[in-house]
Amino acid sequence: MAGQKLTLAKGLNAGLRAAMEKDAKVVLMGEDIGKLGGVFRITEGLQKDFGEERVIDTPLAEAGILGTAVGLALRGYRPVVEIQFDGFIYPAFDQIISQVSKMHSRSLGYLKVPMVIRVPFGGGIGAVEHHSESNEAYFAHTAGLRVVSCSNPEDAYWMIQQAIECDDPVMFYEPKRRYHERAEVEIDDAAGAPRGLHEAQVLREGTDVTLIAYGPMVKTCMEAAGAAADEGRSLEVIDLRSLSPLDLDTVTASAEKTGRVVVVHEASTFLGMGAEIAAEIQQKCFYHLEAPVLRVGGYNIPYPPSRFEEEFLPNLDRVLDGVDKALAY
Amino acid sequence: MSDQDVAPVPERDLGEISSPHHHETVAPGVPVRDVTDGGPEMVQFLDADGKRVSRGNCEPYEPILEGLDPETMRSLYRDLVLVRRVDAEGHALQRQGELGLWPSLLGQEAAQVGAGRAMSTQDYAFPGYREHGVAWCKGVPPLNLLGMFRGVNHGGWDSNANNFHLYTIVIGNQMLHATGYAMGVQRDGAVGTGDPSRDTAVMAFTGDGGTAQGDYNEALVFASVAHAPVVFFVQNNQWAISEPNERQFRVPPYQRAKGFGFPGVRVDGNDVLAVYAVTKHALDEARSGQGPTLIEAFTYRMGAHTTSDDPTKYRVSAEVDLWREKDPIKRMRSHLEREGIADPAFFDGIDAEADALAAEIRTGCQNMPDPELPTMFDKVYAEQHPVIDRERAELIAYHAGFEEGN
Ligand SMILES: Cc1ncc(C[n+]2csc(CCOP(=O)(O)OP(=O)(O)O)c2C)c(N)n1
Ligand SMILES: [Mg+2]
Repeated sequence: MAGQKLTLAKGLNAGLRAAMEKDAKVVLMGEDIGKLGGVFRITEGLQKDFGEERVIDTPLAEAGILGTAVGLALRGYRPVVEIQFDGFIYPAFDQIISQVSKMHSRSLGYLKVPMVIRVPFGGGIGAVEHHSESNEAYFAHTAGLRVVSCSNPEDAYWMIQQAIECDDPVMFYEPKRRYHERAEVEIDDAAGAPRGLHEAQVLREGTDVTLIAYGPMVKTCMEAAGAAADEGRSLEVIDLRSLSPLDLDTVTASAEKTGRVVVVHEASTFLGMGAEIAAEIQQKCFYHLEAPVLRVGGYNIPYPPSRFEEEFLPNLDRVLDGVDKALAY
Repeated sequence: MSDQDVAPVPERDLGEISSPHHHETVAPGVPVRDVTDGGPEMVQFLDADGKRVSRGNCEPYEPILEGLDPETMRSLYRDLVLVRRVDAEGHALQRQGELGLWPSLLGQEAAQVGAGRAMSTQDYAFPGYREHGVAWCKGVPPLNLLGMFRGVNHGGWDSNANNFHLYTIVIGNQMLHATGYAMGVQRDGAVGTGDPSRDTAVMAFTGDGGTAQGDYNEALVFASVAHAPVVFFVQNNQWAISEPNERQFRVPPYQRAKGFGFPGVRVDGNDVLAVYAVTKHALDEARSGQGPTLIEAFTYRMGAHTTSDDPTKYRVSAEVDLWREKDPIKRMRSHLEREGIADPAFFDGIDAEADALAAEIRTGCQNMPDPELPTMFDKVYAEQHPVIDRERAELIAYHAGFEEGN
């Protein structure tokens, strides 16, 4: 797949297909993922090609999906679970927190539950409630889970395969409002993934302020960096890619270089990813900082009705406002 | 694993649920089923031509039907037509960009009007997201329902004004709320007093897909143990988005009720008289202290799951055509005509009323104001909260900054 334009959704679809071809133990589970191909069509065509035994339209019960995924994993399968929307993961919260995350440690390593829990997350699509949430921090807070988020088609293709190959359970956060955005990709299957699942990537180098983002906010930050450049400001943009574990080497190297950091995410700021990142940076880079680490994120309210969402979600102006504040110190 | 590696599940005698099957996709061993046939137990009082019949386990409900006067029959028809019109308008407004989403009830009018009309004023309803017809019967102004689909609120109506709870989108959650509410009714001594204005029942609505959810099954357990005055109303419209019944259960919801410890009834969900009578009976029992009932209204989702859905991906139009023959409004109209209960002037009058209602909804929706920005911080907590206060102030200052031009 060299020099071809691919959407993020198609990148995921191709990555899932590749993983299923490589390993017969990979099974997909979820609501409406068969004939319909999922409400976002991420699994389109996979049931047709791999059969109903490997692409399972499950009953409508998230606790059931996760609980049976645990059983399948214990039996040697590698379930890839689709949660239809972020806000519908909570019935499965118990299984994920109480069982999925702890199975390996409580069996003293005898048991593994390799599985991927795919969560289309975030807002910006004008949806009704429960369809726009950013709940990654609940899971990043839980030891035993790995949490990652892709922001572009190429990462979607590689990261989903890496997540499936991982022997630990991986929460895989997909920026649903970016599903249909295209990018030129250079995919060389023989060469393999260009970087590890838990490596952050510096997408744009700069010297004045570092913007750290993941998932849907990466594009917003890149646009902000472009706009800032027009005003003579040099912003560095890091796509975090992995929320747990964090690639602190990449983060701190950038913080030490620019001395100013703004973390951007859709999730509410209170105890969000930004809080953890800010804590780590101030601890590790204290003497390099010119300003406190700032956060631009969702307000600390339930995700609002869609007519408010443009104001709730960080946009170009709010990110640049954060940059201004960081530079004002 | 290829198909050949999967041993077929041997056929077992699954009793009454075995019958010819309609869907192509089916798990190994699941008996085939005719998606248009509710089976011999299904209660029906009007056949597809509107002829008065007594089919299925209909005996207990006959007396309720006998008590229906012509005026009530006509008003049931009126509700069916108006509810369909409310729904059509919701759909049209979505297509015109006035709403973000609309879940259509097309085909389920009789199930919802029959259930809604059987309820007393004090009875409380806990809906899913498609119960526009129940809302109508409970007196909820249709414009109230539109706010959340327009994105100006998350519901926002006063549930206690009409004893109609907010729509619940997370499948199954509301079933437990209804059960708990019914437990409160018990504690208030509002069950079994014999006072028809005091005794209260609660209704919980969900779909066929909803019956798989943990919350649903827990609600049935709690209701049974508490002997709570709650009626579970499952609209089996044959589809949960793209998944047919076979993906959710092997034993239909009405038959499963018995296992939880209370009666289950399957009713023809496209027959408003049957639904009305069965629901009335169940509510009367609940109010008089006889405990819960589960009603499965056997019906069909004629439209897409919502305006975001494309059903051509997963179901054949021939199936929809078969169900069009069972249209609930056509059926009731034939009945009224056949029995001489209504004349052409009546039907014309209802159509005119529907036109006026649609116009009212359209202008009401188009004129629905966007909420003021800072109000998104209101009502998160019942009491003052410092984080909310700070962020509201920050938002206002941020916007003031733009106005000052910096
Ligand atoms: C907990 C949860 N999981 C998934 C969804 C997404 N979803 C919305 S409606 C639906 C299907 C519901 O089917 P059914 O219960 O039969 O009701 P119907 O839509 O047919 O009225 C699904 C899966 C949801 N709303 N809540
Ligand atoms: Mg359904």
